[in-house]
Order: sequence, then structure tokens, then C-alpha cells
Amino acid sequence: MHKSRIVITGVGLTSPNGNTLEEYRKNLLAGVAGVQIIDMRYMGKVPAGVCDFDPKKYQTRKELRVGTRAGSIAVYSAHEAINDSGLDFENFDKSRIGVYVGTTEHGNVETENEVYNISKFDYDIRFWTHHHNPRTVANNPAGEITINMGITGPHYTIGAACAAGNAGLIQALQMLRLGEVDVALAGGVSESIRSFGIFAGFKSQGALGTHETDPNKTSRPFDKTRNGIVVSEGGAIYVLERLEDAQARGANIVAEIVGYRINSDAGDYVLPDPVRQSECMRAALKVAGMEPGDVDIVNTHATSTPMGDIQECKAIREVFADCPTTYVNNTKSFIGHAMGAAGALELAGNLPSFQDNIIHPTINVEDLDPECALPNLVINEPLKVDAVKVILNNSFGMLGINSALIVRKFED
Amino acid sequence: MTEDQVKQIVVDIIAEIAPDEDTSNIKPEIKLRDQMDLDSMDFLDIVMELRKQHNIEVPEADYPQLASLDTCAAYLTPKFNA
Repeated sequence: MHKSRIVITGVGLTSPNGNTLEEYRKNLLAGVAGVQIIDMRYMGKVPAGVCDFDPKKYQTRKELRVGTRAGSIAVYSAHEAINDSGLDFENFDKSRIGVYVGTTEHGNVETENEVYNISKFDYDIRFWTHHHNPRTVANNPAGEITINMGITGPHYTIGAACAAGNAGLIQALQMLRLGEVDVALAGGVSESIRSFGIFAGFKSQGALGTHETDPNKTSRPFDKTRNGIVVSEGGAIYVLERLEDAQARGANIVAEIVGYRINSDAGDYVLPDPVRQSECMRAALKVAGMEPGDVDIVNTHATSTPMGDIQECKAIREVFADCPTTYVNNTKSFIGHAMGAAGALELAGNLPSFQDNIIHPTINVEDLDPECALPNLVINEPLKVDAVKVILNNSFGMLGINSALIVRKFED
Repeated sequence: MTEDQVKQIVVDIIAEIAPDEDTSNIKPEIKLRDQMDLDSMDFLDIVMELRKQHNIEVPEADYPQLASLDTCAAYLTPKFNA
């Protein structure tokens, strides 16, 4: 079967430290994190990554009242991606656009809000909103994009725990190759900071990060004192096209997706398996026709949990032994864990390396854990290298879902 | 409570649930749907807000009574005054 080459031609995002790729990248190179303390129902004060994009830029006030935060993040990111792509959206056949949005979970926020709401009315369900179901159906964030933008092609979300951002991109790539659509809007979103249950669940699991003095130091993967995750919201949506279509319209090609793999640990519900993770990375490399040493940046999934970071480092050590020009970094140290958006958002933060040949660091490492001491870990300061041509983006999730996505600087 | 006061209550609710609409000049005799961008979910919101804010219950069979400000006032005023 002939496989079309699939390229990224637009990026739109909102992250806790930037509402455009330019602003986000600038902060990743300047060491500027984006975590703050919020008041969470039943939890009290907790660190979280909060986005401050203007939702009214692309939505009416009514849409904002009726829809969800995940939908709003998705709509904002999708518009920004289309604008960035230079696609003549107005005149494009909207039935040939597909929307594939990764989510870790969806609906918890809206259901929690309604339970809280009826608690104020003595649990009388007459006060349960009729908006509950359209807000909580799993396709909501992708569907809100289609309603807002008049897209009549397929839309759905890809539920893949915290591997969802990569999974959204992989789904889009496959649909483009099958010829189901001509343009895909794909990536991942997260509204998780609005669910107390997510915070409470991590806390019960002993995996909710804390820091005594500085919220921006809470997410500290690979540091000896790391103690858990910072939950964040955010989104990154990409415009993907077949190479021939992108070239025919003279698009600016940001990168090419050359390899990918999703596999399963088939083991523990939460503890990752480094053997399966390394198998996942190797399988993605095989699809790309590459050797480990061809990779310039491995962007880790590491979430700042004591065990998870060690497991991923074991996997990376196994795959990338003897790769002197392969560097390793982490984006969650800046923005926390943007859950369903994580994979897509973290990839976006690294794409500009194809132009500036700078690798953004992992920050907040004051005392490197020897078990996480990978040879080429870029710590605290950005690193300039001769050339960045290949990025491998890891994203893993609960129930043992692993994903690795490989993108290459575009060369015809 | 007068019919005009009831109309104002309904207008205030519409301003909340349809915040993009201009509610300063609603014609009372014309159907709300014919002069504003309101859908069936919005009418359910009006019913919900009457319940939440004013403890007024509108049974489903009576939803057509909410078609215009005039019909709202005629239908709801006795309920407000009950």
C-alpha cells in the first residue's frame, strides 16, 4: 500500500505559559514556568497550570455559557492552527476536514459541577441541567470545534489517558492516509484542573505534587525531591495534510510525522513498564526507518512522580545507549501535566528546535536523582547544538498505554 | 406583581442565558424565537431559571405559553401572585 507522507502545516495552542507557539517557546527557552496556586473545591489550595487565553476571541458568550472548558480550549487552538496554516478555510470543502482530539478523560468536570449544583437544592434532580449530556458526551471537545467552525467532516475524541495528544495525531495521520479526509485538525486538550476528583485521585494515590514555597518548582521531574504531578489545563491542535496537498497549495511545512507507535503494558493499572516503553520507542523508530542515534531530542513524558520518572529513564537508557548526539528534555517541568493535551503540547514546544537548533531544558533540577541521570539530559539551561532534525515525543498513560511519535524536520 | 414586572423578570433571564442578544428592545407581542437567536435548549434554560430563581414550575405541556413576552406575562403573573 502506498503511504502518503503526512506533514504538519499549522500549530495552535494554549499552555499555562503561553497562548501562541512563539510566546510558549520563548518561555521554554527563558526558564519561565506557568504554575500557580488555585482554590479547588473540597481540596483547598493546590498548584495547577492555568491558561489565560481570551476565549471570546473565537466564541460567543452563549457558546461559552453552554459549552465546556475543554471545548473552548479546543476551539481556540483549532482557530489558531488554521490561521497559522494559511489554509483558505473560507473556501475549503468543510466535509473533507476531520477533527481528532485526544482527551485523558471528559465529563468529570461537568458532572461534578452538577452534583455540586443540586447539593444546593437538597439533591432535587429537577435542578440538574439539560446541558449535562451534551457537555459530557465523550466527543464534546471535538464536536464543539465542528459546531463553531462549520466543519461537516468526521469528528471524535480519542480517549487514551495521558498518551492522548500523540494518539490524536496518530489517528489523524491514519485517516489522511486512508483518504477519509483532506485536512485534519488533531492534537489534544485538557480541562482537568476543573475537576476536584482528578486532584483528589492523585492525592489518594500519593502522586499529587507539592512544594513548600514556590508553585513553579512543584513539577520537577528527575529531581531527587520530586513528589508528584501538577495538574494542568491546555491544548494543542495541529493542521495535518498529505505532503502533496500541502505542497500544491504552497503551504509552510513545519515538520513531517515519520514514525509512531502505540502499545500496551498489559500489566499494572498505574505503574509503567519500561520494557514495553522501550518496545514502543523501538517500534516507532522502525516505522520511521531510523536508528536510535538518528534522534536528536527525546522529549520525555516524565510527570515528576518518584517511580514513573525512573521507569521512563530505564526505557530511554535501554534504547538510547551509545547515542552521543541524542539529547533528552522534559516540558512538564514548566507547565505541569496537561493530561490529554500533554503529548501534543510538549511536541509543539520542541518543534521550533528545527529552526533554532536549541534544545529547551528540563528545569527545577536542583539535586539530580542518580536513577534519572541520563547521559544527555539537558538540565536547567537550554543547549545549542549543530542541528536538530529528529524529535521523538513520548507520552504514556494509565492502564499501561504507551505512545511514541517521531517527527522530522521537513526535507523534500 | 404586575405583568410588566413579570416581563422584566423574563427579560432579565433571557439576558443571562443569551448574553450575545440585545434584550433592550424585545417586542412583547412577537414570538421570542422570531426576534432572537433562541433554541429549544434556551427555553429549557428559561424554565430552569424560573424554577431556581423564583420557585415557579412550568410543566412541559405549558411550554408554548412562553412563546412571547406577552404570553409569558399572561401565563406567569398568576403563578407569581399565587
